[in-house]
Amino acid sequence: MIHVVDYGLGNVQAFLTMFKRLGFEATRAQTASDLIGASKIILPGVGAFDHAIELLDQSGMRAALEALVLRDKVPVLGICVGMQILASASDEGRLSGLGWVPGKVRSFRVHEQSASLPLPHMGWNDVQPKPGALFFAHLESDARFYFLHSYFFECDEPSHVAAVASYGFDFCCAVSADNVHGVQFHPEKSHHFGAQLLKNFAEL
Amino acid sequence: MLRPRITPCLLVHKGGLVKTVGFKTPKYVGDPINAVKIFNEKEADELIVLDIDAAVNNAEPDYRMIANLAAECRMPLCYGGGIKTPEQAKRIIGLGVEKVAISSAVIENPELITRIADDIGRQSVVVVLDVKKRMFSKDYDVFTKNALNNTKRSVFDLAAEIEKLGAGELVVNSIDRDGAMTGYDLALAERIRQTVKIPITILGGAGTLSDIEALIRSCGVIGAAAGSLFVFKGVYKAVLINYPTLVQRDELIRKALGMADVELK
Repeated sequence: MIHVVDYGLGNVQAFLTMFKRLGFEATRAQTASDLIGASKIILPGVGAFDHAIELLDQSGMRAALEALVLRDKVPVLGICVGMQILASASDEGRLSGLGWVPGKVRSFRVHEQSASLPLPHMGWNDVQPKPGALFFAHLESDARFYFLHSYFFECDEPSHVAAVASYGFDFCCAVSADNVHGVQFHPEKSHHFGAQLLKNFAEL
Repeated sequence: MLRPRITPCLLVHKGGLVKTVGFKTPKYVGDPINAVKIFNEKEADELIVLDIDAAVNNAEPDYRMIANLAAECRMPLCYGGGIKTPEQAKRIIGLGVEKVAISSAVIENPELITRIADDIGRQSVVVVLDVKKRMFSKDYDVFTKNALNNTKRSVFDLAAEIEKLGAGELVVNSIDRDGAMTGYDLALAERIRQTVKIPITILGGAGTLSDIEALIRSCGVIGAAAGSLFVFKGVYKAVLINYPTLVQRDELIRKALGMADVELK
């Protein structure tokens, strides 16, 4: 069963609808006990870094998630801000992140190759997966995904970069560290390309 | 590479979808949920849905309708109409909408943009400005209340202010071109592009895909929104929801950006 974490951010319903269409069982988790029996976890997110961390703390699900992900090695996929909070810190906030993928979240605004471009980075962009990035399997060569963000993930460990996209420079748009994965774009709103990616994750 | 966005804009009036001309004479064109389903199948880049009654009637957003649209919509959705407070914006984002559009309320109370952006993140805050060209001038006035109220504010001044206050996107809607299907006001689009650095979307005037191509040629990576173009077919304006395929869109973008022989990467 895929558990979609509902901590008040992001489009939980869109994931449930998408997984149902794809033929996978998925459910909404709003409390720690809802997470019991999760074999896959989706951590959605929209909005600001600190707000996301605060809401996750208030949800009472953080400790249960840490046990499932860090101890039981249950695969997790963070989406947008749900990916960014996998890092240890962000230019956008003052709070610490979950620290499940070593790295920091940086602002496009202070990066010299993107500072002159319109921000947020909004719209459909190509994604170049690294060889062997499992959840990018079976995607067409013209695969594109919907982005909506002004901050990007900077991995401490280059082997954790699962894919890059280009906006002034090649930035990391997907991370993979053991069972912890994240994508900066919105697969739940990226038509059949996003559906394929979520199917790949469900079948990991 | 980041592609220009080609965005259908749907107007809701008395629970149904309508298309206006010059913001007047709303013509019924169908059911909102049905239209969303068709744009899902066509894999549209994004969707804008504007409730044109809410602000005029001073009504709350219709949360039930928004939840139904968001549940059905498999592309990014921007909803506008009747949003006056950060609480309303938060509730709508919580229903599964990616972006909220604010318009009338912002003119009366500009710092609302900052307050909403603090809550939901500036990437999700869209400001829509309805504009009309001033007589004997190159400037444009911003109107509210479905083009009934002239604020006498210049769109370029207001655009710069809106960007500073923390909007994530600006939609400029030409009242003169609404439903005209004679092409976008390119002079307006180019000057808006030069005025702000946030992503912009131009609405009003598209009658053919060539009009979208012309907008992208003159402004680069931009949002090209249209109503009539995507709901009518032919000179008699028969209602038929239509939208270019992924391949047609890539071809149009390549031609517009002078990249005819290159793959979009």
